[in-house]
Amino acid sequence: MSEPLQQADIDREIAALGAARAGERAAHPSRDYAPYRSTSLRHPKQPLVAVKDPEAIELSGPVFGVTDVTPLDNDLTRQHLGEPLGERITVRGRVLDRDGRPVRGQLVEVWQANASGRYLHQRDDHPAPLDPNFTGVGRCLTGDDGGYLFTTIKPGAYPWRNHRNAWRPAHIHFSLFGTAFTQRLVTQMYFPGDPLFPYDPIMQSVTDESARQRLVAAYVHDLSEPEWSLGYRWDIVLDGPAATWTEDGR
Amino acid sequence: MTHPTPSQTVGPFYGYALPFPAGGDIALGGIAVHGYVYDGAGDPVPDALLEFWQADETGEVRAAAGSLRRDPTTGAVLGRNGVVFTGFGRVGTDLDGHWTLRTVAPGNGYISVCVFARGLLHHLYTRIYLAPDASPEGVPSERRHTLVAGEERDGVYRFDIHLQGEKETVFFDFG
Ligand SMILES: [Fe+3]
Repeated sequence: MSEPLQQADIDREIAALGAARAGERAAHPSRDYAPYRSTSLRHPKQPLVAVKDPEAIELSGPVFGVTDVTPLDNDLTRQHLGEPLGERITVRGRVLDRDGRPVRGQLVEVWQANASGRYLHQRDDHPAPLDPNFTGVGRCLTGDDGGYLFTTIKPGAYPWRNHRNAWRPAHIHFSLFGTAFTQRLVTQMYFPGDPLFPYDPIMQSVTDESARQRLVAAYVHDLSEPEWSLGYRWDIVLDGPAATWTEDGR
Repeated sequence: MTHPTPSQTVGPFYGYALPFPAGGDIALGGIAVHGYVYDGAGDPVPDALLEFWQADETGEVRAAAGSLRRDPTTGAVLGRNGVVFTGFGRVGTDLDGHWTLRTVAPGNGYISVCVFARGLLHHLYTRIYLAPDASPEGVPSERRHTLVAGEERDGVYRFDIHLQGEKETVFFDFG
């Protein structure tokens, strides 16, 4: 066995790939990003095949409605008898397509660690406490302006085993649908000013600095509520084409 | 001009959030499609999440709500009502890397698939074709077979997904 990978090794790889790919200005991470070790056997090596078929099923997409979401689903602090520990926050924003149009009535799903950085998941064995009052899962449908809102607690940072002393910056996982299956997005929202950003190969896989900043929510003091919660804003823009013929005003 | 929000991996801990009961049962009484997800070493991927999107038997895109219909009293997921065809399915692979979808054969010939996994920074699209000679333009002929499900027995199809390697599945870019 070789020596365990150190943070310094990962830092060097992050810097090298950041420099090599800086000119690409890519919005999305390359699936081949060695500093995140699990990518090595899980990214295709053949080029993707471009589909230009306007009849493609993928230009339409799944639909969700009021029957799929309950009104309590967007408040992660009210899913148990007691309240979860942690800093109460709200996260809100709009879901837009790449032409800037709101994505209306679509499903937004979130999941996150608790305030101690522990997921309610059998395979998370990080020795931090579970919170009996926190599952860390939420859903909502976007409004007519594409808006969404979640009330939750700020998740903690947590360790993982990519390399020695690897820690994920605090984040909330988001899953989004557009009007087309081609607009599907799963991503992570980060909190401003987190000191772990430069060390995290998952965040740094987005090698374009301005694209990376689009993963970071803004703290907006006017969205904080006195003696209640801190307010964050995070707008989301879905990539990918959508068929115009599916736009029936929804 | 708006700039897209970058993709990030689904990670390993989506279990309470994304899969839902009977997520792989788009419709009963039709066909079953099943298979494994493999990595570049040929090992099964036990933490992949697959989403399916398809037209109905006539080729019509129904796009109805109700895939994860909820109980308004308990909040529990009741699942589809068995009458409305929503066209959407979602299944996590089990510890063997195996998944199963029960549905009807779509009239237009293919089921669209979106693949998520820990270690995959950006999801991948592929298609399951149920007939041997159909696949879109631009797919190299020697790789076309990776898009075709084999009929194992009447109404049961096998479709393996190889993320990398010799047998790598064809993945699509919709631009
Ligand atoms: Fe996470």
